[in-house]
Amino acid sequence: MTLLSVQDLVTEFAGPSGTARAVDGVSFDIQPGEIFGIVGESGCGKSATCRSILRLFGGADARIAGGSIRLDGAGDLAAMPERALGHIRGRDVAFIFQDPLTALNPTMRVGRQIAEVIKRHRRVSWREARAMALQLLRDVHVTSPERRLDAWPHELSGGLRQRIVIAMALALQPRLIIADEPTTALDVTVQDQILRLLMERRAASGTAIILVTHDLGVVSEVCDRVAVMYGGRFVETGTTAEVLDRPRHPYTRALLAALPSRAMRGQPLTPIEGTPPSLTAPPPGCRFAPRCPRAEDVCSAGPPPPLMAHEAAAPRHLDACLLEGMR
Amino acid sequence: MLVPVLFGITILSFLLLQVMPGDPVEHAMGTRASAEELAAMRRLWGLDLPLWQQYLIFLRDCLTGSFGVSLFYKLPVSRLVMERLPITLALALYSTLIGLAIALPFAVVAALRRGRLADVLIRQLFVLLIAMPPFWLCFVLILEGSLRLGLFPTGGVGTGFLQNLHRLFLPALVVGLSTASLIQQSLRATLIETMKADYVDTARAKGLSPAQVFGRHILRNSLISTISVIGVRVSWIIGGTVVVEKIFAVPGLGSLLIDAIQSRDFPVIRGLTVCFAVLVVLVNLLTDIAYSLADPRARMK
Repeated sequence: MTLLSVQDLVTEFAGPSGTARAVDGVSFDIQPGEIFGIVGESGCGKSATCRSILRLFGGADARIAGGSIRLDGAGDLAAMPERALGHIRGRDVAFIFQDPLTALNPTMRVGRQIAEVIKRHRRVSWREARAMALQLLRDVHVTSPERRLDAWPHELSGGLRQRIVIAMALALQPRLIIADEPTTALDVTVQDQILRLLMERRAASGTAIILVTHDLGVVSEVCDRVAVMYGGRFVETGTTAEVLDRPRHPYTRALLAALPSRAMRGQPLTPIEGTPPSLTAPPPGCRFAPRCPRAEDVCSAGPPPPLMAHEAAAPRHLDACLLEGMR
Repeated sequence: MLVPVLFGITILSFLLLQVMPGDPVEHAMGTRASAEELAAMRRLWGLDLPLWQQYLIFLRDCLTGSFGVSLFYKLPVSRLVMERLPITLALALYSTLIGLAIALPFAVVAALRRGRLADVLIRQLFVLLIAMPPFWLCFVLILEGSLRLGLFPTGGVGTGFLQNLHRLFLPALVVGLSTASLIQQSLRATLIETMKADYVDTARAKGLSPAQVFGRHILRNSLISTISVIGVRVSWIIGGTVVVEKIFAVPGLGSLLIDAIQSRDFPVIRGLTVCFAVLVVLVNLLTDIAYSLADPRARMK
């Protein structure tokens, strides 16, 4: 049973310099209980991809221009009216934002903010919702939870606030949690605690997680499967081991080469030359071709190459490199 | 903080009157009084004393709370002020409520429809309102509301709460329309800014309805900044609504000040200046208190 199936998703942002296709034909499936990572540089569309699922675009003028987002038992989220999506948000699919400092309402006590999501989806009184919020704070290991319930967001540390945000996401025991760079804004030591917490809650409740990050270390630590995104498209997907240990797409390789590792100690890191592609006027052919060390003429022509399996032994390890297919 | 400010105000208001042209004695006695009569009057009012003595007397009057005796009304300044203060405060409160009631729906609609026709029309409307001179607006309202339709009296305040409410409506409306314009502009901008906040996305991600997201998360947080706009505006209204008070015959502090200046009633002018200073400081204090009640981040430990 597939929990979430995204097919050919296209998301466009209207901006002063024209329409940007932040997501340009992305497809993936999420199985219940799995942790699926999406990695890539800033602006590659990874955040836009996960925001598209619940249609949360902040103040931006964005719209889903194509494709489908099927949630098991709920139908196509992309075609669903806003009202119906309101029943999915927070209950079936929860969202964890990047920056816990700004993700909490500064003028509402944190207990109330947690209770609010419970009250929205369950027929309970505020008192009952508050009691459930207290239990949630215990679940995410907040010390002296009774006291924290009445705290204002600004009275809490970044790590503590992210625990509040996670408690909010866990409140209705959703089947899927979308975490958009949940640890990027936090100290390294706190990052680790938050990741452990997510893993622990996944083990306890069996919820699936889409984890957006630019940190390959985080991916190798927690993800079951991973997609590498570049210029609005997935360029490689597979299990974490497949993608990180046997990368096939030149962009994945370049990302890994730019990563410091123990084996490479003493050797200089290899930065990826050039700049990310424009999303308003993307280059023809493979989006990575202008920066690719192996690119040939064929790479810069025609439509962008699709994801394909190139090894019989690894049918779920897909990549979008034309040259891989020609070998 | 309050004490040095008030002390400075007493010195300033005292010195300002010394450089102001016109002599209260000549004003009171008319041009036919003889030099002896003028000198006698001057001695009676203590205006023949050296400046530092006059100032000390003023300071003493301030400290005893009488603020001196009006040259024109022959009454303690404090009594004149206390008679009119409630009317001015009522006008300030009434007009602010009217302004808020007008501004709120327009700000919300303009923010929700920003850049569209409704937003543009609302902006034009409020620019027009603020561009209209208050005296003109007063006359239009008197002509239409009082004389033609007979809905409101042309002036006065009446007695009793309901009558006050009725009679003060037109002056409060004139003052309130400018207030509305200020609040609408600032609230619209804050609403649009707040709509982009991350916590608004968090609220949407909970599945809250657009109305809940707007009411609980966007509007509430945006109104906090309106508190300071109101504070500045109320400070201005106290003593700043002379034209409206004069036209509608509302006996407030503003019209008292103008009368006192015209008759060179030095003690009243001085007393009112100090009174305005105290009120502005108090309004600022109240604004800060309201702000800290509304925004936990501004709360002092």
